[in-house]
Amino acid sequence: MSTTVLPPKETSGPQASSFAEHSPLRRLLSWEGAITALLIFAVLVASFGVEGFADSFNLANAQLDIVEIAILSLTLTLLVVIGEIDLSIASNLGMCSALMGVLWNSGLSIETIIPITILVGALGGALNGFLVTVVGLPSLAVTIGTLALYRGMAYVLLGDKAVADFPVSYTTWPSKTIGDLPIPYPTILVVVLAIIVGIVLHATPVGRSLYAIGSNSEAARFAGIRVKRITFWLFVASGAFAGLAAIIYTLRFSSARADNANGLELTVVAAVLLGGVSIFGGRGTLPGVLVAVLLVGVLRNALILDDVSPETLMLVTGGLLIISVLAPNAVTWGRERWRLRRLAQKAASTS
Amino acid sequence: MMLLRARRAVAVSAAVVAVTLAAAACGGTTKDSNDDTAAGPASSASANPDAPIKDGLKIAFLPKQVNNPYFTVADKGGEKAVTEFKGTYKEVGPSEASASSQVQYINTLTQQGQDGICVSANDANAVVPALTQARQRGVKVVTYDSDAAVAGRDAFVNQADPEALGRTEVQLLAKQIGEKGKIAILSATPNATNQNAWIEFMKDELKKYPGMSLVKVAYGNDDDQKSFQETQGLLQAYPDLKGIISPTTVGIAAAARYLSSSPYKGKVQLTGLGTPNQMRQYVKDGTVKQFELWDPSKLGYLCAYTAAALSSGQITGKEGEKFKAGELGEYTIGKDGAILLGPPQVFDTKNIDQFNF
Repeated sequence: MSTTVLPPKETSGPQASSFAEHSPLRRLLSWEGAITALLIFAVLVASFGVEGFADSFNLANAQLDIVEIAILSLTLTLLVVIGEIDLSIASNLGMCSALMGVLWNSGLSIETIIPITILVGALGGALNGFLVTVVGLPSLAVTIGTLALYRGMAYVLLGDKAVADFPVSYTTWPSKTIGDLPIPYPTILVVVLAIIVGIVLHATPVGRSLYAIGSNSEAARFAGIRVKRITFWLFVASGAFAGLAAIIYTLRFSSARADNANGLELTVVAAVLLGGVSIFGGRGTLPGVLVAVLLVGVLRNALILDDVSPETLMLVTGGLLIISVLAPNAVTWGRERWRLRRLAQKAASTS
Repeated sequence: MMLLRARRAVAVSAAVVAVTLAAAACGGTTKDSNDDTAAGPASSASANPDAPIKDGLKIAFLPKQVNNPYFTVADKGGEKAVTEFKGTYKEVGPSEASASSQVQYINTLTQQGQDGICVSANDANAVVPALTQARQRGVKVVTYDSDAAVAGRDAFVNQADPEALGRTEVQLLAKQIGEKGKIAILSATPNATNQNAWIEFMKDELKKYPGMSLVKVAYGNDDDQKSFQETQGLLQAYPDLKGIISPTTVGIAAAARYLSSSPYKGKVQLTGLGTPNQMRQYVKDGTVKQFELWDPSKLGYLCAYTAAALSSGQITGKEGEKFKAGELGEYTIGKDGAILLGPPQVFDTKNIDQFNF
């Protein structure tokens, strides 16, 4: 193997290495640090440069605009960390939304519809998981297929109709805020979910095993990690979160439609990649993704408030996506070059 | 092993379903519970018809989607009106016409402190919560082209009076065929609400023309290919057909395409609802003499004046209130805050080049 040519890191001096890896300066230079700085910069510019941005009415609405993106990004982060992807999330959301409309029309109570919707979302995820882990198909192909399948199901269920007579006590819930603070209720839900997913990913053996799977699933399997089982359940979780997002989306707009959240998967994927999660798996953090979701939300909100045309908005979103894929690779490439050069220098000086 | 696990998953799912269904049996909020108490802010203010239009009103247009020729023309009409009463005009909107994409823009316009919003709703209900918030903050909301639920807006500028559209289409055709002969209708789908309402008025208007007889109502399903074939079928079944009315933009364009390349060109008259850009070539090559549609620029013009009249307190949106809309003259608010634009615009060789949508 070619990697054995490089000496293990430990030999370059444990103290120096640990200093380099954990110094605050190093952390600031990390991808997460960079986009956090970018977020702070964007918020400052928007607060002072865009009239009406820092108003509590606007801030509350800006959060609502990214609630579904945030929810979907949580489980997508886990999937991308293990080197898989789920492109069917927005279609699954649409299917669940259409289902809510059909069930509501059939006379079921909203309290019954909510758990059923999450369950059906989870089943949608389970189908993805089954095709990926049992049949052994690549998740990219599987979820492009179910992207079309679930959107089609949504239209089969509800056609081009809209169901809009959901109970007002439920449809006004998402826009209610905690007291006078500009924090709508769905934000609290997102924070709670983010804490749970964050703990699972960053503070449990399961979370560590996800990185192992993403780095090398074969090696992870030999190390005793039940790769297929974990992958399957992550897809189920992704589907369940899509169901949950469908409930919030449907109630928030008080409208169950088959075309709900059409194309939202691209924004979610963009946010996850922008958050520093490697599309090749094995690398990335949840806080990074959450910062990226906020950054996308702040940029969109401030630009629209400043009367920027939708074409420019699309350019910005597209540009961010390309940067988010390019930049981490460029950084890794640069770091690798730097490390190799140091090794070469060291080798030269010792010989 | 795998099988065993699958079996466990099934068991878990079954348990969840059982629990859910049990919960369902215990009742809850259903469609029949009827806790619908939501409505827009009550308009307690009274109208003062003599109030002048305020200076410097900020009126924003929010079409279904930007860069759509139809809405570009409509919003240009709005811009003209806003310039007339010395307000500030702007047009914003999403690039795709999806159900919820307008909500963010409504919130933004509210935040910017616009005086009036003219909106063509992509989804009659999805925009209502945001519009209600806007109205609570003093923004006047007028819908045009596509209405929102009544609770979400102050007034609706209706482009199509079903009666006027139905009757005038028959009158146009009667003139073209000398009030004599067999005619057919090429509609959209058999259950299209708009078209069926118009056809009822057409049948009523036809009673005034004893020389004309309606032989068939065909349905092209608003599909270009199907409409084309239906036209072909009509002419095979009734070779002595004198005229066709197609009250749908898809149908009239497909029928015109068929006629223009058939021996019936010029012998069978075609009229109905179409857009000038789709119909231009058929008007110029003589297939179609006249067709009609509302003029979107007048629609936008009237919408802007309605928003200004609301913001200035001339009207509150109640039935029977009157206001003046610039060069279009006086309008009266009808039932549910609806305002009718007026008779449709007829297009022919002389004027078609003045329209681009």
